[in-house]
Amino acid sequence: MVTEMEFTSASFYQALRDKRLMGTRCKGCGAVYLPPRQVCFQCRSAALEWVSLTGKGKLLSFTTIAVGTNSMISQGYDRNRHYCCGIVELDEGPRVCALIVGLDTQRPDSIQIGTAVSIEFPDGEDKPSSLAFRARTGHKAS
Amino acid sequence: MTHKMNRMAAIVGVGSSKFGAFPDKLGRELFTEAFLAMLGSVDRGIETKDIEALYVGSAAPLSFEGQAHLAPIIADQVGLVNRPATRVESACASGGLALREGIIGIASGTYDIVLVGGVEKMTNLPTSEVTEVLAAFADAPYEACTGITFPGAYALLATAYQHKYGLTEEQLMAVAMKNHQNGALNPIAQFYCTISDIMTNRLAKMKEKGQPVPNWRTEMDFLKDPQANPVVAWPLRLFDCSPITDGAACVLLVAEHFAKSFTDTPIYVVGSGQASDYSLSGRRDLTTLAGAKEAARQAYEMAGVHPEDIQMAEVHDCFTIAEIIATEDLGLFEPGEGAKAAEKGLTALQGPKPVNPSGGLKAKGHPVGASGIAQTVEVWHQMRGVAGARQIKNRELNLTLTHNVGAHGASCLVHIYERR
Repeated sequence: MVTEMEFTSASFYQALRDKRLMGTRCKGCGAVYLPPRQVCFQCRSAALEWVSLTGKGKLLSFTTIAVGTNSMISQGYDRNRHYCCGIVELDEGPRVCALIVGLDTQRPDSIQIGTAVSIEFPDGEDKPSSLAFRARTGHKAS
Repeated sequence: MTHKMNRMAAIVGVGSSKFGAFPDKLGRELFTEAFLAMLGSVDRGIETKDIEALYVGSAAPLSFEGQAHLAPIIADQVGLVNRPATRVESACASGGLALREGIIGIASGTYDIVLVGGVEKMTNLPTSEVTEVLAAFADAPYEACTGITFPGAYALLATAYQHKYGLTEEQLMAVAMKNHQNGALNPIAQFYCTISDIMTNRLAKMKEKGQPVPNWRTEMDFLKDPQANPVVAWPLRLFDCSPITDGAACVLLVAEHFAKSFTDTPIYVVGSGQASDYSLSGRRDLTTLAGAKEAARQAYEMAGVHPEDIQMAEVHDCFTIAEIIATEDLGLFEPGEGAKAAEKGLTALQGPKPVNPSGGLKAKGHPVGASGIAQTVEVWHQMRGVAGARQIKNRELNLTLTHNVGAHGASCLVHIYERR
């Protein structure tokens, strides 16, 4: 447990750069949040704590994007090289939007909802700088 | 919560600019065109000096045309200076929100005569910059930054819908073809043409240039050709997406007891609902917009009517999947039945439940802040029987609905209209 971190987006992204996926947990009802929140939307409590997440989960939905954001275009994606975004449900429960790597983005028909994914931490300049997960190929989450 | 209005607002005039790409016009100039059209539409006339307040919906004028603080400028352009002039923003539901704020202004007793409108001037920017502005209507630090574009957000809904209920590309295409058929009958539409017209045009150009001519025989052939209809965010392709548009629209609201002094045929706004929703990651179900369902619930309850009473609807088809989900959220069809209903033609112009007779955002165009008001403009024409070639026939339209969505459903507005 890390208690000295402020409940901010900056703290979350700093932890991510330090290769830790951190969410927040409500001390009242136990609900876990990613992205981190300051107020629990289940019980409205403002007493939350940081919690370390395993970064394992499954794909709930996805799309492969041909016309991307400027940041993705600058990373080399275009109409001929698509990238995949998805909504991931973590084993701990929360859901989060993320870039999904390690899939055949030119064949979206081959991508399956339920595919198991693991957190892909940013590492060096050629890796995604925001939240990303890597498909565990051949794994279908239970 | 039950919401009631102390007194109702009635629509006694409407106006719209043409929708399209107008490089030589400012947003304020498009708004003025809509305003002048509105003045001409009031049966017994209205003097500008009698209008007490202005609400204008505009989603991102600062980003799109470098103009912040738009409302007093619009007031100045149309001759309303010194009246309260307020810009409201709710992403692509800014127009619907302006309508609601005007209704509340009248219901509260503060005003008797209010101008509500919407405007967006989007085509100054290249597509990549427009993509960036629209993506920021989602959650910037946690959604947009992962690379999720606006079409991408709706594609996530489409994939989830496909997984839960089944969804074919032909069902999505049926929505686009239907809305273009309607748009081909709407003179203000950006696409005042069917998909077949677009296809014929392309073939003629290819022949003229001596290029190899593709074997397109039907609209479906054209839509299935990845060259003609490329993927934007799978499974959504170019013709699943509404275009980038310049346009403005406005509506004159008056307190109900005044309405008959302006026209024998006022259209009363009998229900208004507004709701918000979590960002995508906070939602339990990705095949529905909970905010739209809640806004619809409020509006139905206020109006004292049910989904089966609604005779036609203008819904927020920023993408084909959005129209399918909208028809389910509004209760026009059961969950999972919207795609099939579109394919069967149930939502066609002369079908049992016409949806988007105007051509919708898809064909009429989607100047984001104006779209919610443009929906009301269409309702007014249809209910008064003056929609021309696209008039819904063989029935008197007494109860209709508009459904306007901000971003991926984080904001939703629903209004219900009655002709008495």
